[in-house]
Amino acid sequence: MRVFVDEEKCQGHNRCFAIAPELFDVDDYGTAFALNDGAVPAGLVDKARLAAANCPEFAITIED
Amino acid sequence: MTGMYEKVLDWVNDFDHADPEYNERAHEIWEEFQGSECPVAHSERYDGLWAPFTYEMVHEIAYDTEHFTSQGVVVNTGRPLIEAPVGPAPPITSDPPFHNIARRLLLPPFAPKVIAEWEPEVRRLCNDLLDRMGAITEGESIVDGAVQYAQSIPVNVIARMLGFPQEDEALFRDFVHNVLERINEPAEDREAFMQPLADYLDKQIEDHRANPRNDLTNYLLNAEIAGNKLSDEHVRGSILLLLVAGIDTTWSAIGSSLWHLGTHPDDLQRLVDEPDVMMFALEEFLRAYAPVTMARLVKDDYDFHGCPMKANDWVLLPFPAANRDPKQFEHATQFVIDRQENRHGAFGLGIHRCLGSNLARLELKVAVEEFVRRFPSFTVDGDTRWSVGQIRGPRELPLRVVKTS
Ligand code: HEM
Ligand code: SF4
Repeated sequence: MRVFVDEEKCQGHNRCFAIAPELFDVDDYGTAFALNDGAVPAGLVDKARLAAANCPEFAITIED
Repeated sequence: MTGMYEKVLDWVNDFDHADPEYNERAHEIWEEFQGSECPVAHSERYDGLWAPFTYEMVHEIAYDTEHFTSQGVVVNTGRPLIEAPVGPAPPITSDPPFHNIARRLLLPPFAPKVIAEWEPEVRRLCNDLLDRMGAITEGESIVDGAVQYAQSIPVNVIARMLGFPQEDEALFRDFVHNVLERINEPAEDREAFMQPLADYLDKQIEDHRANPRNDLTNYLLNAEIAGNKLSDEHVRGSILLLLVAGIDTTWSAIGSSLWHLGTHPDDLQRLVDEPDVMMFALEEFLRAYAPVTMARLVKDDYDFHGCPMKANDWVLLPFPAANRDPKQFEHATQFVIDRQENRHGAFGLGIHRCLGSNLARLELKVAVEEFVRRFPSFTVDGDTRWSVGQIRGPRELPLRVVKTS
């Protein structure tokens, strides 16, 4: 599984970083980016889905 | 009622969110609109006002900077004098492309990791306020969750960030009340009662210029756009924005959350037994009791889903109503403390997403945690008085302390 953040859509709500800091980080302007090229280890699959389900701007997509 | 307008009898055609009944009965009123054929209210008050109540419409307008301008975001009887794209309080009153420039200046001091460092300070402040409530007798003492607690938290933090004197706390609250609640008074009067705030900020700016320190005011004074320092109006406008945007809003969010816990003992118990549920509860407080409705002005005459909007009409963006739209959320009118999927718009949607959201979340989370730690059981006992206007939250909130820790 991989996660992607669409930087154009992201408005820095920081929900993803709060839910899954193992998968996402934010820059000095609060814009999110995926860590490790978006690779999701098996144990974090649920967290990845939770993060995507809580992004108000629909900026996170998941590729299974 | 106070102000220029009569009590509302017809919420569909003579709508007025500054009628005290609106915030008292908000949840019912939104449900009525969301269940009706036309989910848009209209009014000739304020020289033209519209209010759409579905998530879809609120979302559409928030993203549409072509037909709607942010030049004015608080509905009142006048119209803003300083034009977009800058507007009187950048970046909230700015439109693209200037908006992004003004916003980027302010983002770094409000980024998540910078704000996280304030946590111990906020915790200390909350405990101070709890200590100052004095001796508490279980089952008997009544404390005011709004007056003695919620209202003092955001104002203290932002004053500290800006480097303004702590003892001016009451003054700031008064300023904010003038801007946000006295919206239905004649435009000339509004200008007159806004003047003291402008004078106060000029004095602070002068003082920070003469005696620079490490705070947000000096940060703004040092900031540059394309090699030029910001104009005085820009600095003053942004400070005004930080004061106005951060105080009533967060105070309302904290108050409404305590109101909920004081009327829903099961949810309070769950938070006491299982503190980790806060991660979800925090977002559900924000969804179900979102305190902030924003506004836009219509740029040119525009047909919005059949509503004949006129240039310079106001349009409300009731994010709190959008958050309770059953078309967007399951069990929309219910408070689900551990709601897993929660794409609420409490902090707005699109380019104006609340710049202070990381600070607001920190203050709300810590304020509720510390209150519940001190008083693991309490009930609303007496009359709650709700605010008037675009920011919704309790201004008086009597809570009977049933148990102390
Ligand atoms: C629970 C508390 C809060 C809520 C619900 C809230 C809500 C909002 C909303 C809905 C907007 C969007 C405005 C629009 O679309 O026109 C906004 C913008 C803004 N908020 Fe907040 N706010 C809160 C607390 C704060 C705090 C604590 C601060 C800072 C001290 C702050 C600073 C701002 C600023 C600067 C903007 C303008 C951003 C822009 O235009 O780019 N807010 N807020
Ligand atoms: S939750 Fe969405 S909008 Fe917020 S930081 Fe993450 S990707 Fe960006």
